Amino acid sequence: MLAFFVIIASLFPLGVDPDSRLLRNIAPGVVWFSALLASMLGLGSLFSSDYTDGTLEQMWISPQPRILIVAGKILAQCLSTGIPLVLISPLLALQFGLSLSEMRLLAVSLLTGIPVLHLIGSIGSALTIGVRGGGLVVALIVLPLCVPVLVFGAGRNVPLVGAVLALTLVFAPWAAASALGIVVED
Amino acid sequence: MLEASHLECVRGNRTIFRDLSFAVRPGDCFRLTGPNGSGKTSLLRMLCGLLSPTHGTIRWHGAGIETLGEEYFSSIAYIGHRPGIKDEFTAMENLQVSIGMRGIEISRKAAASALERMGLGGRLHVPARFLSEGERRRAAIARLAVNHSMLWLLDEVLTSLDRLAVDMIQQLIEDHLAVGGMAIVATHQELNLSSGRSPGIELAA
Repeated sequence: MLAFFVIIASLFPLGVDPDSRLLRNIAPGVVWFSALLASMLGLGSLFSSDYTDGTLEQMWISPQPRILIVAGKILAQCLSTGIPLVLISPLLALQFGLSLSEMRLLAVSLLTGIPVLHLIGSIGSALTIGVRGGGLVVALIVLPLCVPVLVFGAGRNVPLVGAVLALTLVFAPWAAASALGIVVED
Repeated sequence: MLEASHLECVRGNRTIFRDLSFAVRPGDCFRLTGPNGSGKTSLLRMLCGLLSPTHGTIRWHGAGIETLGEEYFSSIAYIGHRPGIKDEFTAMENLQVSIGMRGIEISRKAAASALERMGLGGRLHVPARFLSEGERRRAAIARLAVNHSMLWLLDEVLTSLDRLAVDMIQQLIEDHLAVGGMAIVATHQELNLSSGRSPGIELAA
């Protein structure tokens, strides 16, 4: 997924005018968009493998609160696949010739924004368990919902991204847990 | 004590069973039989709280299981068709994760001895994807040996197991009943339990 992120963001300049000023201007948007696509890749299987092998059932009848289990899974996904994207982003920023302060701003906006992508994505992932071609359906459900965070993130408006993060942090695990409940309790 | 009264199960527009009542007391092992599609799995999932009955109630020590929630879940152990074994993890890790999820801490030694008891002694650290179907099932059943849940709900646990493993499970169930545990086992095979009361529930097609 990390490699996917790097390749998408690196191939992009090859398709547009190699003017360094233009590249600097579109850099945040390109990096953000690559991060969005890379996050979608892993989300298709966030819950579906647990569902197929029966782990989800076991989670459902464990004495722990379900919403905490779901939140824990999202957090783990975020730490293992989201954070590496943030860590590699300065390298991509360098490719686009961003200055040090812009680089830092981009990394911070990704750090606040990537968890939002995972939180929203988890709802799509939970809703499409057992659907054939689930990965594609997840993208169709989730991508439109990611528009606000993409706009704020690529505009490097970190406080607004933070506000969206706070909002999704409250409702996304709950929504994902409810969606999983429909599938498991059937 | 687990009491089920007047349970009815409707899937789609088909009534699978209706007016099913029984009570499981400490030391009881129920053998659940019936042809394919007669609702054995549905009944076990109902007793787990994974499926709500269309009609009827399930009570645990007098209180409805949906009101008990997590308190009830800590008293049951369920092993279904899909036993929740992760391909990427070893038998040892699978056992530790699934027991840990139930809020029980076990030492590596206790986990190893439970798996050895199930005859997986030499294969503790092999990823589950390289284990045979029977060995994966044994790894799932090892949970029962370290889990002190009162009520065991076992769905076709004896399939794809050899004679020796079936004997081991019967021994596990007998030990469990001897300390006042309860079990409901859906199976097409005979259970030879020397102790405990073992009535049967037979579901019609």
